[in-house]
This record gives sequence, C-alpha cells and structure tokens, in this order.
Amino acid sequence: MGRLPYASVEALQEALRARHYLADRGLATAIYLAISLDKPLLLEGEAGVGKTEVAKVLADLLGRDLIRLQCYEGIDASQALYEWNYSRQLIAVRAMQDVTAETHVEDLFGPEFLVERPLLAAIRAGSKAVLLVDELDRADDEFEAFLLEVLSEFAVTIPEIGRVAAEEPPVVVVTSNRTRELHDALKRRCLYHWIDHPGLEREVEIVRARAPEVPEALARDVAAAVNRLRSFDIAKRPGVAETIDWAHAVVFLGVDRLDQETAAATLGTVLKDHDDLRLATEHLAEVVEGDHDAEG
Amino acid sequence: MTTTPRAEAEALERLIGFGRDLRRRGLPVGTGRIVTFCRGAAALGALDRDGLYWAGRASLISRPEDVPAFDAAFEDWFRQGIRIELDLPMPDDEVADAVARRHEPLAGLEVEEEAIVAREWHGLEEGDEPEGEAAIRIVASAYEVLREKSFADLTEEERARVSHLIRRLAVRVPLRRTRRYRRASSGARFDVKRTLRRSLRTQGEPFHRAWRERGTRARPLVLILDISGSMAPYARALMQFAYAAMAAGRRVEVFVFGTRLTRVTRTLRTKDPDRAIHEIGRQVADWEGGTRIGESLKTLVDGWSQRAAIRGAVAVICSDGLERGEPDLLRAQMAKLRRLVHKIVWVNPLKGSPRYEPLARGMAAALPSIDVFIPGHNLESLEALGRVLGD
Repeated sequence: MGRLPYASVEALQEALRARHYLADRGLATAIYLAISLDKPLLLEGEAGVGKTEVAKVLADLLGRDLIRLQCYEGIDASQALYEWNYSRQLIAVRAMQDVTAETHVEDLFGPEFLVERPLLAAIRAGSKAVLLVDELDRADDEFEAFLLEVLSEFAVTIPEIGRVAAEEPPVVVVTSNRTRELHDALKRRCLYHWIDHPGLEREVEIVRARAPEVPEALARDVAAAVNRLRSFDIAKRPGVAETIDWAHAVVFLGVDRLDQETAAATLGTVLKDHDDLRLATEHLAEVVEGDHDAEG
Repeated sequence: MTTTPRAEAEALERLIGFGRDLRRRGLPVGTGRIVTFCRGAAALGALDRDGLYWAGRASLISRPEDVPAFDAAFEDWFRQGIRIELDLPMPDDEVADAVARRHEPLAGLEVEEEAIVAREWHGLEEGDEPEGEAAIRIVASAYEVLREKSFADLTEEERARVSHLIRRLAVRVPLRRTRRYRRASSGARFDVKRTLRRSLRTQGEPFHRAWRERGTRARPLVLILDISGSMAPYARALMQFAYAAMAAGRRVEVFVFGTRLTRVTRTLRTKDPDRAIHEIGRQVADWEGGTRIGESLKTLVDGWSQRAAIRGAVAVICSDGLERGEPDLLRAQMAKLRRLVHKIVWVNPLKGSPRYEPLARGMAAALPSIDVFIPGHNLESLEALGRVLGD
C-alpha cells in the first residue's frame, strides 16, 4: 500500500487537479484502488471523455515513464511483446561463415538482436513505468487472451534468453471504447470505471484547466453548446476533447463569445459526421443560444 | 484505527454479504471480485458511504448496464451515514479463506464459472452438431412436399416437423479475411522469421522459404425479423432458422420488431428453441401488432452502430415491407445500415408469389440498399437463404 504517495482519495483528487486533470470521486477512487491493490484499471466510455489522459497524468504524477501499446485488429505477440531483428541476424549469419561457426550460433539470439515492444518494455521497467493498453476492444479475442496471460504474471519466457519478470508490476491502464464486450476473465482481473460525459460545470472547469487562454464566458458558451448537441439525435456524440478543440478554434479566430456565425464556421471541430453536421446547422440557434426551445 | 476485531469481522461479513447478494440478483460477481472489494475497502481505511459505493462500483461490476442493479442493492444494504472501518493491511489469502470458510458453496460455483470461461476462450460451441450438413439430406417425397409448402399453410403437425428440419439446415457462415497473418505453405507474404530459423539448419543458407497469408474469420450475422400480423408464421420459421445459424456460426445477433425493436439473442441462446420462441413471444409486447420498420432500424443503427456485432456483418431482414411509418425514414435508415454492414439480404415471404412486385411504399424505399432480395415463404427458400449467406 506504500506505493501511492497520497493518504486518501481526496488527496489524490487534489494532486490530479494540480496537473489539470479533473477526476470525480468515482474515478479517483478507482485509480486509488488500482494502484494500492496492484490491479489493472479498466476504463470504458465513449471516445473523447479522457480515458487515455488518465494514464498520461498518472505517469506524470508518479514520475514514471508512460509505455503505450496501441491495439489494432490483428496485433499479435511479435508486435506487442518482442521480435528478433531478422535482417541483422541474417547479416550476422553471413559474417559468421568466415569464422568457425558452431560456437557463435547462440550469439545470434543475444540482447542486441532483440527488438523490444511495449509489453516487454513494461515488464522490464516494472515499477518505473505506467503501461497504457489503449483501445483493447480493437484487438481480437486471441490477443485479449494473450494479454490476460501477461497481465496476470508480468513475466515472459523468451526461449533463447530465458525468463524476464518484473520485480514489481507496473501500473496498468486499459482503455476500451466498447465497440465490443471485453471478455469476463479479463474484466474480473481489473478494477473498472465507466467514464461518462461530464456535467456542464465540470466541463467548463475542464476546458479552463486544459486551455487557460479561453476566457471563462467563452468556455461556458462552448460547453453549454456541446451539452445541447449531445442531447440531439446524432450519430456520434462529441467528447470533452472536442469541446476543448472547439474552444481553441474559437479563440484562434479572435472571438470572445460564441455566436451563430462563429459556430457555423467552426462546427467541424465538434461534429465529424455529415448527417450530424446538417442537423446541427439546421438548429444552430438552438445549439448556440439554447433558450429557443424554451420560447417555443 | 481503533476498531475492535469483532466490529471488524462484522464489517467484513457485511461486505461479503453484499457481494453475494449482488450475485443472487443476477450480476456476475465471483469470489475474486468480492475479495478485491474487501481489499479495496481495507486499502481505503475508514470510508463513508460514498467511498464504499465507489469502491464497490470499481471492483464488483464492470458493465454500465449493471449499475442500476448495483445501486438498488447498495441502497438496500447500506443506510445513509454508514461508516465502515477496516484496519488492516489484509493479505489476499486471508480474505479468500474467510470467504470460502463462511460460504462453502461459493468455492464450487467459482470452479464452474472458470470452466465455462475456459470453454468460451477456446471457441468451442456447446451447440455444435456433429451431424451438421449430412442431416439435411433426407430424401423422401413427403419431405419434398413439405419443402415447397408455404409456412402459412402448414398444419400444426407439419409445422412441428418443418421446424425440426429448419433447425438442421446447413447455414453457411459468411467469412472475411482478417488482418492477422498465419503460416502458410505459400502465400502473399514472405515469413522472414521462419525462413531464418530454417536457414540455421542449412548453414545459414535460406534454402527453404516460408510464407504467411491472411486468415479468414466468420463475419457476424444479424437477423432482423418482422413479427407483425401476417408475418407471424414466417417469423417463427425464421426464428428456427436463427437458431440453426447460432449453432453453425459463432457470432449471431437476433432482433425482432413490430412497432419497436427488441433484442432476443440471449433468449434464443438456449438448448430448446421452441421454448425460447415461446418465451420471446411472451417478452415482446407487440408480437403480431403493426409494423414500423424505419423506426425499428433506427433503434438498431443508433444503439449498435459502434458495436462489432453489427459492423461488417451480413444483415438479414425478414419483412413484407408493409411499412406503417414514413418511407423516407426507412430509406435513410436502410442507407445508414448499408454503410455499416457488409451485405443486406432482404427476405420477403410475399416474393414467393409469382405475381409479386415490390410496389409497397416501404419495400420500394428499402430496395436501393438491398444486396440480395429473396423469398422466404417455405423451407426451400430458407435453404436458399442458407446458401446465399456464404457467398
């Protein structure tokens, strides 16, 4: 339990805030427990709610390296764990032929030929790293099973070198956009938190923390507009990341309050679907000012 | 940190009891999760109701759908203003022992859960029928008659026999190429790794070359069945077909709709399809009501478009296309669905009649987005559907 330099969830929350990450009590508790109990933290939620950011801020907070494994369909052990540097090995084989061979074959599988991938890097770094397994739902079942094995042992056996084990496991953050259900065996091993879209007040705070150059009033305008957009019947609800992008874009144009004209020009930073854009443009007054639906 | 051992034991008992109650309420909470929950509570030291709530949320459940049930249970178990104090750096084994000792049956249950998981993990299907394709090749004249008779005209006895036959239909599972490469004797990609390893046997000369190629994987199959009015006999037959598809392919989603869409995949995933279909009939309120295809498809597209169960799937819609809602909505939703899935097959029992033309407004609106349009009024046409899926 001595691994986390904070005595309580509130202290952790405060430290995260100092690094411009505003976590609510639920998320802070999940982070606190994941680190205290040495368990991976599984974060799910819609795109853009700040799942990946948690790993980054944790690495910063704990003064550790962030090792990131981005998942994609077809990812396998050679891309996630380690691989041999074949071209170097081939050259070495050629070079060996001049000398008496036999004795050198083992050298071909020495550390200088090993290409380290994120998982091996994380095992070797152990408690000096934060491992981020990003968008695990994109990988396939086979990879999930493989990852489960690595996460439970934090050790791998490389036939030619031997066993590599972490003295202390790294902090692990796994994220998923929930395009598919992750397997229960993996979920059971993790602590879980679903990150929701923040409420209006919190979102204003987040924009202010992340983009200090955005004036308070504008941050409120933009956050309120995004909040209204989320209640529309749209295909892809914008996340906090989009809110921040939008605020940035408006500030860049030198405008200090969000009006319909500016909104129309910059809506592409928030909505990335043709049908959604059309719907929002048609109801632009409602999106920007909000009180129109109240009036009628 | 002034708690007495007795108070502590009571607190622990309460936490364990809560976890076990969640399981009784149908949430997947195993011993491992309960142990994590207790350790979490201990790690937090003294905690108020809020802290306990979030510790439970993080450790006991892992699906947003389970939150309401969790909240309800939490409400029942922990009154306002409760405070739990556990003064322990508690080694896992001790809690695990405590859990196991107090509740003997738990241990056995857990083993079974693990066994199920292991089975799923290796992709074995419980419903796999060893007889498979051969089963359908019963040639008898009576069978030929049954094959061509419309589902709507079947007697009770015939219906029972036909549904048995449908269940044995060989459903081809649509495949797609994966991005994962596997070993092959010849193929598109040179396998440097294996070539090099083999070359060690021939003094470093890459004499035997090795290759890799992309594997194949079953596409998900999505069945969207109309259960309104006149479609009922056909829907029942298609439901049997869905059952056969589930036994043959691994990823099948089944939705039914009349005025609104209901997912029935879970109910259908049982041993006894007749009972499952009966059960679905009870669950789905608008069985044999009106038809709102557009709105039902919208529910599907909105709620499921981000899911792997739909993306790249082969979608089979079975309906007569007699839309009560707006044809424009149907047209737009069909176009959206078309962009999400690999192929749309529309099964229309009315198409079995030689004089049929797709003039109904709904059918006309859907037509531009349909890849394959086939009848589905008898066993013969369902066999054809089974074949179409694999192409």
